[in-house]
Amino acid sequence: MKAQVSPGEQQRATRGVRVLTILGLLIVVVFIICMNTGYSKLTPIDVIKTLVGFGTEKQELILFSFRLPRIVIAMLVGAGLAVSGCILQGISRNALADPGILGINAGAGLVVMLVVAFFPSTSAAPVFMLPVLALIGASLTALLIYVLAYSKRDGLTPTRLLLTGIGVAAGISAAMIVLTLRISPEKYQFVATWLAGSIWGSNWKFVLALLPWIVVLLPYAFTKARVLNVLNLGEQTASGLGAPVEPERLKLLAVAVGLAASSVAVSGGIGFVGLIGPHLARRLVGPKHQFLLPASALTGSLLMLVAEVTSRVILQPQEIPVGVVVAVIGAPYFLYLLSRSK
Amino acid sequence: MAAYKESVTDGSLPSQKGGRTQPPKLQSRPLTAVLVLVGGLVALAAGIAVSIALGAKDIDLAVIWQAIFHFDESNTEHLVIRELRLPRVLGGVIVGASFAVAGAIMQGMTRNPLADSGLLGLNSGAAFMMAVCFAFMPGMPFLYLMMYAFAGAALGAGIVFGIGSLARGGLTPVRLVLAGAAVSALLAALTDGISLYFRIGQDLAYFYAGGLSGTKWLHLKIIIPWALIAILAALVMSRSLTLLSLGDEVASGLGQRTAVTKVICSIIVLILAGSSVAVVGAVGFVGLIIPHLARYLVGVDYRWIIPCSAVLGGLLVILSDLTARIINPPYETPIGAVIALLGVPFFLYLARKERREL
Repeated sequence: MKAQVSPGEQQRATRGVRVLTILGLLIVVVFIICMNTGYSKLTPIDVIKTLVGFGTEKQELILFSFRLPRIVIAMLVGAGLAVSGCILQGISRNALADPGILGINAGAGLVVMLVVAFFPSTSAAPVFMLPVLALIGASLTALLIYVLAYSKRDGLTPTRLLLTGIGVAAGISAAMIVLTLRISPEKYQFVATWLAGSIWGSNWKFVLALLPWIVVLLPYAFTKARVLNVLNLGEQTASGLGAPVEPERLKLLAVAVGLAASSVAVSGGIGFVGLIGPHLARRLVGPKHQFLLPASALTGSLLMLVAEVTSRVILQPQEIPVGVVVAVIGAPYFLYLLSRSK
Repeated sequence: MAAYKESVTDGSLPSQKGGRTQPPKLQSRPLTAVLVLVGGLVALAAGIAVSIALGAKDIDLAVIWQAIFHFDESNTEHLVIRELRLPRVLGGVIVGASFAVAGAIMQGMTRNPLADSGLLGLNSGAAFMMAVCFAFMPGMPFLYLMMYAFAGAALGAGIVFGIGSLARGGLTPVRLVLAGAAVSALLAALTDGISLYFRIGQDLAYFYAGGLSGTKWLHLKIIIPWALIAILAALVMSRSLTLLSLGDEVASGLGQRTAVTKVICSIIVLILAGSSVAVVGAVGFVGLIIPHLARYLVGVDYRWIIPCSAVLGGLLVILSDLTARIINPPYETPIGAVIALLGVPFFLYLARKERREL
């Protein structure tokens, strides 16, 4: 991540706005494609008709009850994860930071599994409580990783944060394996589907559960763009410039965890969006967080939408979890970045 | 070699960077090593006896002796010992020794304190192959299954090492672990996809959890020769490995053909870790903990580290297996989880010490 001082600040801003507009338009296009594809075909005309209220009852059911909530969830989750990843990469000054690699997904997954294991059947389990519980699990994990990785002498070094995250995730997956063997096959299928990151079960209640987080935390993160720019210069420079480094970093970390945890809570373990989104965005708009954060949100949404369409069409009529599609795209990209890193 | 055998023994581990710039301050403690080996073997024998004796039905030690040396086919206890408990505990010893020696070689070869087969994509590679087998070729005989798991382990490790060494600046510890994490995530996602699609997740979980309960003589007959040959080969290579662990420059300066050594060592690692994963499933961290412990006890000479790792590794696995059986009877706790209980804190401790950046 280079902190360049660009001579043409104005030019950069114009470019930023242009990129954001194009990304927005692309999302609209994929959004419409997403509405059309699926088990029962709907033409674009049908979609638009139904959206304005002139569709048949069946079309309305398919669109409003099945497809639309999923699409909205995919977009929100994509935006949440990508902005979370962008913040994490900014505060740790590490291009490889991602909420999934840092073990936040694992923490949420463990709690979900525990809850499912304790209820007599999946239908009795409080499905609508799951997001809240997953959120608690993810936050506790993040706290644990922070405490373990923090040292009084050198603060929070990026490398140690990553290694600690990997270690904690390994521990949590060991615990999950123990649970896996104890639960019934039916419950197992439920948990496994959740863990693999699928948004099939989505309905408007999930959208409502996630929306407040995104609506509050995303703009808050945008207001912190300047702080992120300064933190990106390094701890000493940031302190020298008068930024209260540690409190600001903690606040931003909390925002990142809140975004990632609420997203993962609704969608299941989706990794790598938080990694790729910000990277693509940085290529498009440069390192200034004023543009980087919104661009990350848009690229994240776009990625999730594309993955969502792919997961639906690739093995019709069966569907594969979106998380799998995202990982298949994301992991090679991560490895590519890793091999390029100095 | 002899020169640093007798050198200082201030008890501290030599810094890995020391090998390059200044005359290395290395020490080896052959006497301690012999003590560790003898003590380890005694403990191993005791561990084996206790492992056989304890179980759903506790068996007298005298009966165990008889079952082994004066086998009586009509005696149920003898049959239980011969057919169930003995293969299980022997499997544990072999697998533990294999994982530990593989870990020791990897740590020496890559000069990477975080190297472990579980962290480097072997486990997820094997699990992925198992998923493919269960899904597309159900009912495959165990022997083939093992070979596929082995191939999967090789695939996973190959990708991780390939990508890790493609990077500019070479294979740093952190980079290797990160590549391992990403490749594992990718393979795990593919495994998840396959297992959800074909609904074989829980069968796979049994494999993935790792367990010695299914070990039969058949499996042992296949892996014991390989494991023994590979461990012997590791002992033969141990002198070269010691030089390699001082750094490529030192090793080639002393006249060693480092590329040849590395290739041979990699093949040994693959045989040891791959065949073990194929038998017990995804058990990690043995190869991480044991070589560190061995190095701490006996110094830097791999001629001592490797045999000590083998003995201590076997001991760790059979003790963990014992714990896994008695912690929550009649259920068995997955042995992978029991070892992770030790392994994760140890990994975190190493991660805290790791000062090098990417």
